[in-house]
Amino acid sequence: MIINHPILGPRDAQEFVYLGDASLIHRPDGLTASIEAFHDYTYLRANPAGLHRELWYHEQGDRSWLVVTRNTVTHEITSVELARDVARSEGRSK
Amino acid sequence: MTQSNRIAGGQIDRSQTFRFHFDGLPYLGHPGDTLASALLANGVRLMGRSFKYHRPRGPISAGSEEPNALVELRSGARQEPNTRATVAELFDGLTAQSQNRWPSLKFDALSINDRLNSFFTAGFYYKTFMWPASFWEKVYEPIIRRAAGLGSLTKLEDPDEYDKGFLHCDILIIGAGPAGLSAALTAGRSGARVILADEDFRMGGRLNAETFALGDQSGADWALAALAELASLPNVRLLNRTTVVGAFDHGIYGAVERVSDHLPVPLAGKPRQTFWRIYSKRAILAGGAIERPIAFENNDRPGIMLAGSLRAYANRWGVAVGDRTAVFTNNDDGLRTAVDLQAKGVDVVAVIDSRENSELLPGIRHLRGAEVTNSAGRLGLSQITVRMADGRTETLKVNALGVSGGWNPNVNITSHHRSRPVWREDIAAFVPGSGEIANLLVAGAAAGSLSTHGALVTGDEMARKALEGLGISAISAKLPKAEDAPVRIKAFWHVEGASRAWIDQQNDVTVKDIKLAHQENFTSVEHLKRYTTLGMATDQGKTGNVLGLAVMAELTGKSIPDTGTTVYRPPYTPVALGALAGRGRGHEFKPFRLTPSHKWAEEQGAVFVEVGYWLRTQWVAKAGETEWRQSVDREVLATRKSVGICDVTTLGKIDIQGTDAGAFLDKVYANTFSTLAVGKCRYGLMLREDGIVFDDGTTARMGPNEYVMTTTTANAVTVFRHLEYCRQVLWPDMDVQIISTTEAWAQFSVAGPNARNLLAKVVDQDISDAAFPYMGAGNITVGGLRARLFRISFSGELAFEIAVPTRYGDAMIRKLMEAGAEFDAVVYGTEALGVMRVEKGHVAGNELNGTSTALNMGLGKMVSRKKDSIGMLLSQRDGMTQADGLRLVGVKPANPAEALKAGSHFLKTGAAATAQNDEGWLTSLVYSPHLGHHIALGYLKNGASRIGEKMRAVNLLAGTDTEVEIVSPHFIDPEGERLRA
Repeated sequence: MIINHPILGPRDAQEFVYLGDASLIHRPDGLTASIEAFHDYTYLRANPAGLHRELWYHEQGDRSWLVVTRNTVTHEITSVELARDVARSEGRSK
Repeated sequence: MTQSNRIAGGQIDRSQTFRFHFDGLPYLGHPGDTLASALLANGVRLMGRSFKYHRPRGPISAGSEEPNALVELRSGARQEPNTRATVAELFDGLTAQSQNRWPSLKFDALSINDRLNSFFTAGFYYKTFMWPASFWEKVYEPIIRRAAGLGSLTKLEDPDEYDKGFLHCDILIIGAGPAGLSAALTAGRSGARVILADEDFRMGGRLNAETFALGDQSGADWALAALAELASLPNVRLLNRTTVVGAFDHGIYGAVERVSDHLPVPLAGKPRQTFWRIYSKRAILAGGAIERPIAFENNDRPGIMLAGSLRAYANRWGVAVGDRTAVFTNNDDGLRTAVDLQAKGVDVVAVIDSRENSELLPGIRHLRGAEVTNSAGRLGLSQITVRMADGRTETLKVNALGVSGGWNPNVNITSHHRSRPVWREDIAAFVPGSGEIANLLVAGAAAGSLSTHGALVTGDEMARKALEGLGISAISAKLPKAEDAPVRIKAFWHVEGASRAWIDQQNDVTVKDIKLAHQENFTSVEHLKRYTTLGMATDQGKTGNVLGLAVMAELTGKSIPDTGTTVYRPPYTPVALGALAGRGRGHEFKPFRLTPSHKWAEEQGAVFVEVGYWLRTQWVAKAGETEWRQSVDREVLATRKSVGICDVTTLGKIDIQGTDAGAFLDKVYANTFSTLAVGKCRYGLMLREDGIVFDDGTTARMGPNEYVMTTTTANAVTVFRHLEYCRQVLWPDMDVQIISTTEAWAQFSVAGPNARNLLAKVVDQDISDAAFPYMGAGNITVGGLRARLFRISFSGELAFEIAVPTRYGDAMIRKLMEAGAEFDAVVYGTEALGVMRVEKGHVAGNELNGTSTALNMGLGKMVSRKKDSIGMLLSQRDGMTQADGLRLVGVKPANPAEALKAGSHFLKTGAAATAQNDEGWLTSLVYSPHLGHHIALGYLKNGASRIGEKMRAVNLLAGTDTEVEIVSPHFIDPEGERLRA
């Protein structure tokens, strides 16, 4: 596979490490969340046949974490964003 | 032996003669021959025995689709089993052996299986070897493996090298027949970067095997001229002997180039094969078509082959397989074989045409509406039985029969992304489905354009389409006039008969087996395949699959498309594992990382151990030490008595800077770091989000906004990845920057009562206890060179870790040893390190095993609940916090003279050794030279409150059962007085 890195351009998937569902961005606060909610965050994932937003890490490159939108059926990649930008736009800060 | 079956013509170089051996007998051939064409030229039709029934077999094809003619090529360590003789390029001195026969090819003892065929039908294994279940592994399987083998492995190391490489292009063209050459000419002239790959050593595809003219040239000459032009274009790369084996994602194709398989041994410095990863923007599949047989009784005899292959042997290789030939066909293409062979002077006895209304061939006995019903001949064809249109039968003496059941477009690669081919009734074949692989176009026969004209035109068309997509303006070649015969076929699959008619010759699947599968309701194609093994051999059913499907369709009364289709997966042809491994074998399997003191340690005769990619000193044997324990015990005692030095560079080192560095560490560590004083270190415990311990290490605060983290050697990479994840994904606005400095610093532990005395001689600063107290950290200098010093200890002794820039690491170890001479300083390796950490009760990899919590390790109080950190909340959930859960304990044998066994489980005295009574296990075991007996760490249920209890450590594998005492994990200096000395 080829991932079109937003800064570096097209790069081979071999350079990346896969983590999983980008819903990991929405980490509850451990001081206020219930254990049940945190359990769901940690373990429960959708398993779509189709578009999937997922986290990839450019370990053999610039160390960017990326949010890659990939079709799990065709492997077509429709968008690649810096995870930091996505996290900020979805309300993450400090 | 003479080349009795060699006839005039062909693209072989008769000016040179090659000598080769098959099953020990000498033969002659020419450059341009394959092993199969050369053997056929020498009158050898019998080349192998079938998989299940051990039937005599010869080649049925002249290409990579070959199911039968599998041989062991070469000898010694280079011997390769299951090589298709039809694609093995002949070279001088080649040797080959037939396989799956004993004692000889002509007399095979296991051909008894053929007589017992009624027992060996589809589902035989499933039905026969089910009872008793325990017999499968020990009795049935070894016997079956021996009897139903393919070729044998030498079990010698492969002496050749393999390579992997990367290629990039605008347009990859797969197949260099008329369609591929036409596409390459258009794409090449237009300036696109083109790769043209073909599995054959001679490009041209069917143009080399046919007698058609292209314009005023022969097909083969036109191909040569086209190739010469392509070779002159700098933007075109021609890869012959290169099979594109798979279509992967985003325009990436895998291809195997057989760089040296046509040579006795590879040239110096050249690989045997190269596995190419080809990155293309567009690809054009011009893979041609593969002929399929018609099934009839005993249609597997040597001498019976596909009609197109029979004429390929005549036209390309100048070989008449037999001197009395017949053709059995259901389509016009089969007639060409009869015409070509007769033109070459071969006696064509008859053409048996299943169609009643086909155009009558002039000058040949053309039997329309007839069928071949059977064949005879002990080790090769000698006669066929023909049933005429009027029902009368006739026996014909022939020693070669060409069979044509029509041509299947080579859709193989188009189905690598799950797309299914679609049926085209007019040509009675599957063609590629639409919208299959992004940016892959299909041209020529592979797309169902089965004439030469159609191939040339669609090749050009697809090249234009690809160029348009790339924004390159197309310059087309003027295409020569070529034959454009329509496909005239009347689908006809098999001749009804009482005996066996073969569909998949490699796996010995017959029409009868398909009927049995149908009778037992295995009618879906997926079931059909698995029940009968149709298409599951190394040829992947290239010739047999569609035929099998058609027979099933007849039986179910459904149409072929309603019955199913056949999809292919990569690889297109078998790939040697060596080619996939490339250079990554033996010592090159993975990279090695060497510590800065490696050279020095080598000079001392150190024994090294692999730790991840690192090689670390395990121990250093001194004169007179013959057993590893002697060296390790000495290193431990000398360190505890005076001073020892250990290279600890392999531990991960991460610099963490920024105004939020402290807050960031509070998030990633379970304990608190924002409150750590500048110039101090603290032990840190890192959890995973699920509450399990991830890693540990000491982290020092070097400045208000600057920390240095250490990780375990094993987790250096994953911890760094995790920190980047936390920093970018979870807390993107934190002002924190991180960089791995593992390779930037050479770091040495200096431990023992004389550690300070030794270091004081080396460093420029005051390092007295007052100036540099326990858990102190700071930037210092060594003879003016910048360095870092940490007063931390893994051994439990007074200890420091000193770091200098890596390029000074070798100088540093020499300087430390020189300064330590007066203290009898030793270097200790990972074994002594392990002994001392167990003596001190420190956890390491055996305890940080991916299932342990902080509570298990006795470190539960370290998890701060006053702040949110990774894993904090889930470490509190049910099941992780039981008061009587596993806790870290120390263990010693009740009788100090007794040894303990690693992997032992703890049981109460008198309890039976069953899983229900298991109370925990021993994690780390060492011999403590300090105490003079074995000591261990372990996890024990409710361990913290069981100190002093006598239990048993049982190891059922080793057969040991030892009385032990549960003790504190701190075997030496429990108060930590030595650390603070």
